[in-house]
Amino acid sequence: MIAELGLAALWIASALAVLQLVGGVLAQKQGGSEMAKLVRPAAITQGLLAAFAFLMLLWLFAITDLSVKLVATNSHSAKPLIFKLSGAWGNHEGSMLLWITVMAMAGGLIALVERRLPEKTMMATLAAQAFVGIGFYAFLLLSSNPFERLPQPAVEGMGLNPLLQDIGLAFHPPTLYFGYVGLSVAFSFAVGALMTRKVGPDFARAMRPWVLGAWVFLTLGITAGSYWAYYELGWGGWWFWDPVENASLMPWLAATALLHSVSVLAARDALRAWTIMLGVVAFSMSMLGTFLVRSGILTSVHAFAVDPERGSFILFLLALYIGGALLLFALRAGTVTEGERFSVTSREGALVFNNVMLSAILGIVLLGTLYPLLTEAFDVRVSVGPPYFNPVGAIFTVPMLIVMTIGPMLRWRGDSFDRIKFPAAIVASIMLAVLALVLVLGSYGILPVLGLAIAIGLGVASFLPLRGRKLTRVPIATWGMIMAHFGIAVALFGMASETAFSEEKLAAVSVGDATDVGPWTVVLGSVEPVAGPNWTAIEGRLQASYDGSEPILLNPQSRNFWAPPQETTESTLATRWNGQLYAVIGNQASDGRWQLRLWWKPFVTLIWYGGILVALGGVLAIIGRVRGDLKRRYVRARSDQRREDAAAL
Amino acid sequence: MSGPLKPKHQRLVLIVLALVALIGAGLLASWALRNEASYFYLPNQIASDPPEAGVAIRLGGMVQEGSLKTLEDGITVAFTVTDQEAATVPVLYRGILPDLFVEGSGVVADGRMDVEGTFIADNLLAKHDENYVPRELQEMEQHQAAATLVGEGKPQ
Repeated sequence: MIAELGLAALWIASALAVLQLVGGVLAQKQGGSEMAKLVRPAAITQGLLAAFAFLMLLWLFAITDLSVKLVATNSHSAKPLIFKLSGAWGNHEGSMLLWITVMAMAGGLIALVERRLPEKTMMATLAAQAFVGIGFYAFLLLSSNPFERLPQPAVEGMGLNPLLQDIGLAFHPPTLYFGYVGLSVAFSFAVGALMTRKVGPDFARAMRPWVLGAWVFLTLGITAGSYWAYYELGWGGWWFWDPVENASLMPWLAATALLHSVSVLAARDALRAWTIMLGVVAFSMSMLGTFLVRSGILTSVHAFAVDPERGSFILFLLALYIGGALLLFALRAGTVTEGERFSVTSREGALVFNNVMLSAILGIVLLGTLYPLLTEAFDVRVSVGPPYFNPVGAIFTVPMLIVMTIGPMLRWRGDSFDRIKFPAAIVASIMLAVLALVLVLGSYGILPVLGLAIAIGLGVASFLPLRGRKLTRVPIATWGMIMAHFGIAVALFGMASETAFSEEKLAAVSVGDATDVGPWTVVLGSVEPVAGPNWTAIEGRLQASYDGSEPILLNPQSRNFWAPPQETTESTLATRWNGQLYAVIGNQASDGRWQLRLWWKPFVTLIWYGGILVALGGVLAIIGRVRGDLKRRYVRARSDQRREDAAAL
Repeated sequence: MSGPLKPKHQRLVLIVLALVALIGAGLLASWALRNEASYFYLPNQIASDPPEAGVAIRLGGMVQEGSLKTLEDGITVAFTVTDQEAATVPVLYRGILPDLFVEGSGVVADGRMDVEGTFIADNLLAKHDENYVPRELQEMEQHQAAATLVGEGKPQ
């Protein structure tokens, strides 16, 4: 019954999406249409129904209803509740339902709260949102029905991949999806604005909170995903340039560029066509990401079941939406009138530089990610990894980060470099000093050394826009920018420090023996068998002491899950303010010694703290922008009221 | 540098600069891809057309039965990777073997050949479960299954 309710809700929601599309399109006619009145209610109801369907799926997973195929293939009755629930989206069908749900809810939310746009643009936007939605409803209902019943209820579920039975992973996919799908709103806004040719500051202000929101979720999703890969895969790395990591990085790069260009459009009415273009590109990257993940077309830690039919369906949707939007852009971009002008040395100039660099990095990541597919067409197998991405990406990242130190200090429209000579000189000398210091201290790779210098320079520079201002009067959105830029510096410092200063120790140790890594001494106390709810393991009992201080206990495990049967390596971490000790236990050699792999990673945690700061900066910016808009709306309403009162007298 | 450009030219200059940067990025990327992408080799391909020592490549194949041993340091693992055509490549790997790494099963290794013709692996990708198989490996197993079937069908 529950499954049927969910499925019915989905079908009705998809019908409402059709209604929303038709109504929105009819509203574009001269003189409007009666149907237009139905568009907003349809969007809101559609959002509620999709949310209802998703709740039904969660329920099925919570009670482990084994007559439902998806539950039987992805869950197990002997699993903690949280992992039963997260199992609902830890598979193809469930995650596509989550995608639809977020998309429908975002559409409903625009219909509910958005009042800044002209009604016609609004209708076109909701129609675009519905148009994209319909494709994904079709995909879900026709090729990946999550509510499908089994002819015979299963006796027991097949379980969830143990790698996915992890608290970080319970929240990583939904967070990313909120980001991916939140960008659909930017896409729909862009299409709506192209349809009605209404591109200007009001449009930018309406779009900005959505872009910011999606970007915050993407930032958090990437940060969480990176940390999960770091401790769960047991390889000790925080970024692998894995195709699916790239699939989440590409929309983030596009959204970051969009975020900055939309600010130029809102403040200065410039970069109109470019902002629209980025709105289209950002969501295209989200869909490309989904395609890469869901089709299993690339070799990846995330490439689960390979399913060509689903892959081609998403590829078709991808071509339809991206192609359609780009075609519309090509037809209409010329008619979008040119915005305001600005000088090269100006805030706009710096932001354009940021946008061009981000686009270049996006292109580099995109090419590197798709290159193996391309060569495969010629039957040549390659994999593209850090030797490509790191140096080539850095060629554009380094100039971007350097301009980022002074950009926020420049004035809008036109500025002279002389005015900011002094702070720029300070930042430059800090960078050079750090560079010199690191070069004297030891020989490290060029990228980590540059990274350390830029991180410290940027960290200081991110606060310089506060110079000469009264701190209590700085707008909240500006604090958001400062925090996000500082977060980038913090994360960069973590990355550079981890790359430059990490120490690794691989040792075969007998019980009772000690081994050193960096400032740590680690003693293998014993190795014991242990058991959990759905696994057994051997557990190493390590005593790790930092620089001779009181030892702490670490228990890395090698786990055997029985549903489904699989082994995983559970690393353990000892976190200090200045870094992490990372320990993994391996096999026992024939002479009785145990393999231990240990890393000391100075300041590695800053990578993720930085990511969180960036996201928090985004949250502050949303608060500041929404508050500013509400205030502006209130002032406008009051002045309208006064005018009316005056006219009435 | 400072002062607004001639209005007529501004849009054009911006577009040209952006295009130059993007095309530059594209050219740089394609040049780098040709040099930095690591190619996938099967053991027989290494035998027939050995890659230059020290160049990053990816090696795929089956771990030969009875070849896996831990060296005296207790950390370095040595094994042999083979394929259907019975070419073999000796592999050395320093590290903890991935879960489900067993003899007779498939493996994909990132690394490079040394001058003596041994493959030095930096990273081993093995099968984690039925749903999580490196793609090259999956195809290889399909080949192997096909080969086995053909073998069984032959009259004794």
